[in-house]
Amino acid sequence: MTDTQIFSGAFAEPVFDAQAVFRTVMDCMARPGTIGTISAVAKPPQPLGAAAGAVALTLCDHDTPVWLTPQLAKSKLPGWLAFHTGATVTAEKQVARFAFVEKGGVVPGFDMFSQGTQEYPDRSTTLVIEVDGFDGGEPLALTGPGIRDEARIAPAGLPEAFVSLAQANRALFPRGIDLILVSGDEVVCLPRTTVIRNGEA
Amino acid sequence: MNAVSTELATYNFAYLDEQTKRMIRRAILKAIAIPGYQVPFASREMPMPYGWGTGGVQVTAAILGPDDVLKVIDQGADDTTNAVSIRAFFKKVANMAVTTKTGEATIIQTRHRIPEEKLTAGQTLVYQVPIPEPLRFLEPRETETRKMHALEEYGLMHVKLYEDIARNGHIATTYAYPVKVEGRYVMDPSPTPKFDNPKMHMSEALQLFGAGREKRIYAVPPYTEVVSLDFEDHPFEIQTFDKPCALCGAENVYLDEVVLDDKGGRMFVCSDTDHCEDRRDHGHCGTMLAYDKETAR
Repeated sequence: MTDTQIFSGAFAEPVFDAQAVFRTVMDCMARPGTIGTISAVAKPPQPLGAAAGAVALTLCDHDTPVWLTPQLAKSKLPGWLAFHTGATVTAEKQVARFAFVEKGGVVPGFDMFSQGTQEYPDRSTTLVIEVDGFDGGEPLALTGPGIRDEARIAPAGLPEAFVSLAQANRALFPRGIDLILVSGDEVVCLPRTTVIRNGEA
Repeated sequence: MNAVSTELATYNFAYLDEQTKRMIRRAILKAIAIPGYQVPFASREMPMPYGWGTGGVQVTAAILGPDDVLKVIDQGADDTTNAVSIRAFFKKVANMAVTTKTGEATIIQTRHRIPEEKLTAGQTLVYQVPIPEPLRFLEPRETETRKMHALEEYGLMHVKLYEDIARNGHIATTYAYPVKVEGRYVMDPSPTPKFDNPKMHMSEALQLFGAGREKRIYAVPPYTEVVSLDFEDHPFEIQTFDKPCALCGAENVYLDEVVLDDKGGRMFVCSDTDHCEDRRDHGHCGTMLAYDKETAR
């Protein structure tokens, strides 16, 4: 049984849309805490949101096994990813280059994903997590490369233990996972270098 | 039909195919996340020889979009072979807007200089790198240098700088002067003169490094500590020049020596041609320029 949802919803202009999304993500990765806007429109199958879909179309291909939450894995997303990007879905968190968590989905412990090795710290998983928004949540204070003094965000919908997970991840440097948080058409990147603290002013 | 055949005859935007761009883009994101660490990437054959900036060209091709304005410099100059041909390349394969003005550019691809004008947050500096591994001339085995980076074992580099002092009385390394990024990775800043090292420290612009033949990409995010290695009793120093630029009178800039005749005549001029031209346009005048004006009269 074919389903049109799998075959539609990719970028209208694959070359330029992918470039625009990448530049937004690159700028956000270089300036952690900066909220970028993803203008290119992707329509992945529910429950994955548009921005996460755009990131997948921009960065995933046959070289990047993707891990999905159980909710996403049983949606039409694996077929959509396979058709538009060629990426295979893996159940092994350790071999995944990218992992996607839909809004409200359970975020697994960061240490269950590949953190790279001391020799090849780049061989680690990048987690794309959908949050409810970038204000109204628990305030976080960010410092580290890419931030002049201090950046502040208050993402809503992250796991309660997020700060301690992030601090444990930071302590592994140069190993560790990198985070791309998305909400609606907005994106915030938190590379492994960013020091994340509770930001009660 | 005609439209289709025209389509087929053109390159993909920015020359590289989309899969290659994705691969390079993933490497760039990891490079930014691990400042100073050299990310291996599947460097492609480019329509120019290795050593002509194939790494920088691939990085530039992977990041540039239709809204970007590209500037290319070769040893600070906009008008030398490498700079002109790479600018022409991107005009052809991406229909890019190009400029020689540092302030107007969003992407600056550079071979071995950092512009004198302070770079800003909206700009990305792309370096062409010949040998990305700072430890390579000290330890030829990749397996060993990789282990040394993994263990943060950089004693050998300090021995090299110490030997400089033992032989010459001062640190004689003047270009490709090793730096430590964010207190972790020792990095080759590409063969820029050490004069430019302080500009990398806490730069507002994102700095990306591409080594095509050696298949490595690395990065320094904005506002990142970049410290030149030195010793307490032999602190890092940049080059100084006795005279200002002979054309624009600029001081505290990097100067090139130009031999004028076979009788020992020489002049020192700004290596950054855009900076020099801009100063002259604003009425600044060096000794040789004034001389020229008088004789022309």
